[in-house]
Amino acid sequence: MSTHTISLKVNGIPYQRTVEARMLLSDFLRHELRLTGTHVGCEHGACGACTVLLDGQAVRSCLMFAVQAHGHEITTIEGLAPDWQSGSDPEEMHPIQIAFREKHGLQCGFCTPGFIMTLVPFLAENPFPTEAEVREVLSGNLCRCTGYQGIVEAALLAARMMRAAAVTRSADT
Amino acid sequence: MTTTSTTYFGKPIKRNEDPRLLTGQALFTDDVDLPGMLHVAFVRSDYAHAWVRGVDVSEARRMPGVVAVFTAYDLGDYWRPGPLLVPPPPIQRLVFNIRTQVPLVKDKARHVGEPIAVVVAESRYLAEDAAERVYVDYEPLPAVVKLEDALAPGAPLIHDDLGTNLNAHVIQEKGNYASAVERADVVIKRRYVYDRGTAVAMENRGVVAHWDAKAEQMTIWDTTQAPIPIRNGLAAMLGLSEHQVRVIAPFIGGGFGPKIMMFYPEEVLIPWLARKLNRPVKWIEDRRENFFATTQERSQIHEAEIALTRDGRILGVKDVFLHDAGAYAPYGLTVPINSQCTLLGQYDIANYYTEFKSVFTNKPIVTPYRGAGRQHGVFVMERLLDAASKELGIDRVEIRRRNLIRPDMFPYPNVIVFQDFAPLTYDSGNYEPALDRVVELIGYKQFVEEEQPRLRAQGKHVGIGIVTYVEGTGIGPYEGARVTVETSGRVSVATGIGTQGQGHFTSFAQIVAEQLGVPVERIRLVTGDTAEFYWGAGTFASRGAVVAGSAVYSAAVQVRKKALQKASEVLEVPEEEIELVDGWARVKGAPHKAISLGELARRANPLRGAVRSGTEPGLEATDYFGPERGATASGVHGIIVEVDIETMQVQIKRYVVVHDCGKVINPMILEGQIQGGVAQGIGNAFYEQLHWDENGQLLNASLMDFLIPTADVVPRVEMDHVETPSPLNPMGVKGAGEAGCIPVGPLFAQAVEDALAEYGIEINEIPLSPNRLFELVQEAKARRAAGLPAGR
Repeated sequence: MSTHTISLKVNGIPYQRTVEARMLLSDFLRHELRLTGTHVGCEHGACGACTVLLDGQAVRSCLMFAVQAHGHEITTIEGLAPDWQSGSDPEEMHPIQIAFREKHGLQCGFCTPGFIMTLVPFLAENPFPTEAEVREVLSGNLCRCTGYQGIVEAALLAARMMRAAAVTRSADT
Repeated sequence: MTTTSTTYFGKPIKRNEDPRLLTGQALFTDDVDLPGMLHVAFVRSDYAHAWVRGVDVSEARRMPGVVAVFTAYDLGDYWRPGPLLVPPPPIQRLVFNIRTQVPLVKDKARHVGEPIAVVVAESRYLAEDAAERVYVDYEPLPAVVKLEDALAPGAPLIHDDLGTNLNAHVIQEKGNYASAVERADVVIKRRYVYDRGTAVAMENRGVVAHWDAKAEQMTIWDTTQAPIPIRNGLAAMLGLSEHQVRVIAPFIGGGFGPKIMMFYPEEVLIPWLARKLNRPVKWIEDRRENFFATTQERSQIHEAEIALTRDGRILGVKDVFLHDAGAYAPYGLTVPINSQCTLLGQYDIANYYTEFKSVFTNKPIVTPYRGAGRQHGVFVMERLLDAASKELGIDRVEIRRRNLIRPDMFPYPNVIVFQDFAPLTYDSGNYEPALDRVVELIGYKQFVEEEQPRLRAQGKHVGIGIVTYVEGTGIGPYEGARVTVETSGRVSVATGIGTQGQGHFTSFAQIVAEQLGVPVERIRLVTGDTAEFYWGAGTFASRGAVVAGSAVYSAAVQVRKKALQKASEVLEVPEEEIELVDGWARVKGAPHKAISLGELARRANPLRGAVRSGTEPGLEATDYFGPERGATASGVHGIIVEVDIETMQVQIKRYVVVHDCGKVINPMILEGQIQGGVAQGIGNAFYEQLHWDENGQLLNASLMDFLIPTADVVPRVEMDHVETPSPLNPMGVKGAGEAGCIPVGPLFAQAVEDALAEYGIEINEIPLSPNRLFELVQEAKARRAAGLPAGR
């Protein structure tokens, strides 16, 4: 099996690793870099649990090989609030993470990182989303626990929180 | 429970466990990583029914990175059929033929995906490479696929030594159905079909085992809902003491029932491999395997009839059904017994004859999946009432109302034996207010009288549905809990059940917080680790909050007593004058006279000096709770749908639930359970059906082909609650985990039938699909064209 040396940035940290050509990006993140917050639910691109950002765009890490990420920048769930650790104040998480807790947007939490990573670029590009738009963008991610209502409300709340933060930032400058 | 105002109990408190889950720091089974860990792939049967004449593993053993390949014959004495998890209930004339699953196929494969060989390698990639080089010599046999074929003369025998495909035959009776028929003005008969789906927890199953040879300790991480029974069973199988085996059910990515099935072949084999090879071993199921190797549920065929008076009073019900057990039946009769026992629902019915035959088929094993057979009973009863409503010309809400059990009739005996082996008795209930509330919330009268005619005149196909149900919850045997105040003032709570997203880390903390006056975020819960709590049964039958919650409550009450007693000594005031607030024991009206709970805990565990004899150290208590029988929750669902007559897509316009699960611990968590349950019910009603060909091959084993509902089709569920506390436990709670999904099938059927009323179709099956609705409408049109009456 051929191997390749790849260089990439994950959550802002540069890595160089030698991997088999066939290694999935999801396996590379989880088992080589030990970033196990990215979850694998189907390995055929249907469930969206493994969604990460590739140069800022949401992609399914089970549908990519690690070698395809060579030279790119990846963001995983661990990269959203990198300083947060167990015991930290929940209010110091990323606004989307805070909103998910506020609106009970998760139960077992397995699909959650994929939903959040799908929302990061969506809310950046759509600061004023309608509920229908949120439901549309989330329709590519599967959740079996919540029935989606809490997730949809969390997305709308996160949009409001991020808009308010943007207003505060612009007032500060 | 105090009836005065509460600080924590009953409040929508945000969940303690969320930050770890939201930041990617929660440990799931596949996140366990141990030095030297090996990985496993299974070779699974390509056939639903075949003799296995030989297994050639020689090439696989030579593949790179392969450490070992085992077949059934390599297991020696360890190879044996699994235990019967739940014996049949004590019912007279009951027939039950035990056949349970095996770790690896020895001679005959009985369903597609049954494991035949196991490959262990340095990586999962290499294990899968080698699994492809295991050659199995099959002699294919005709398969039993449809359950109505299983008992036909000449049907292929699945368990040859049994001489029949009959798994069980059970008859139960309340009153005398024949006498009801004699007095009836009308008897209505129907055939109902409920077909198979699968739970699709987002996390597939997995097991990691680590044998520490020097310490002689086995540690197992398992995606199970029942870590303690898994520990007990594996210790016995492995010839170890229970104290040498630790089973951890870490964060679990959804359970819904199939993760309480035990023992899965993989669960039995992974610890054995770890010990045999003296290295940690991991197996993680992939999604495709999940469609074959994880248990499923739902196929039954009912021949049902209902006897009524002219004014719609039910005199009796008769139901005879076939239940599909799959290839083996390790879980006993829980599912079909639940079907029998849930059928009568909220209605006062004096005469009931119920009979079922459970049959073996060449399909994956059937064990409880959220609802666990209750769906079928509710479907039969509610559809019979809809048929009666039409035949007698009585409004569907009215015919239900006339038959409800009245509040003064509780405890209400239904006589037949339930899954907890006791005669079914509803502990409490108050059904009519919930029905009234749904009628009001959904605007039933206004919809039927004004809106529907108006929309129909515009050519729209809109329909409404209203159904009721009960759910037997919170059954025994028991659970336990230990509550400890630590010297830091933090509180730790341990219980034996597993948790799969239900919020136990928070709801149980609220129970303790209410007793000890400690904020919820300072209470740490541990569930699902046998090293933390030794005794228990597991999370199933909507029993976590009822049974484990009550044990947590009892233990917390005892710790409260100890804290008050100790504080009384220190503060030199009577216990009645002390209150526990924000982590302090303080004198009422004199809050400066106070001592922290942490300091009390320290004083209760002194390092020097004498303590009174008989004193237990620390501020700690352990207690157990076993209900005498299950608590019966109930509810009413209402729906408004619109059917697009071109595509037969069904759009849900409104969805209303009024639910009664007694006292509510955390309304936010409860509403999440109901919303999520309804979503699964919608999937079951309209999207999720496993399709098999005549050879028993599953045709839609992927999430591209087996569709589960997505955010764009699940509506917001409007909710309200009725609160009828259960007298069977100290908090008055009832289970709620399964309620959301139980009545959705008949609700959907009633509403779609209503929407398509102009075609005169009758829906007697679930799941539906756009395609199936199209067929039903075409059949109805053809019947009409041929001059035949509408209906079935």
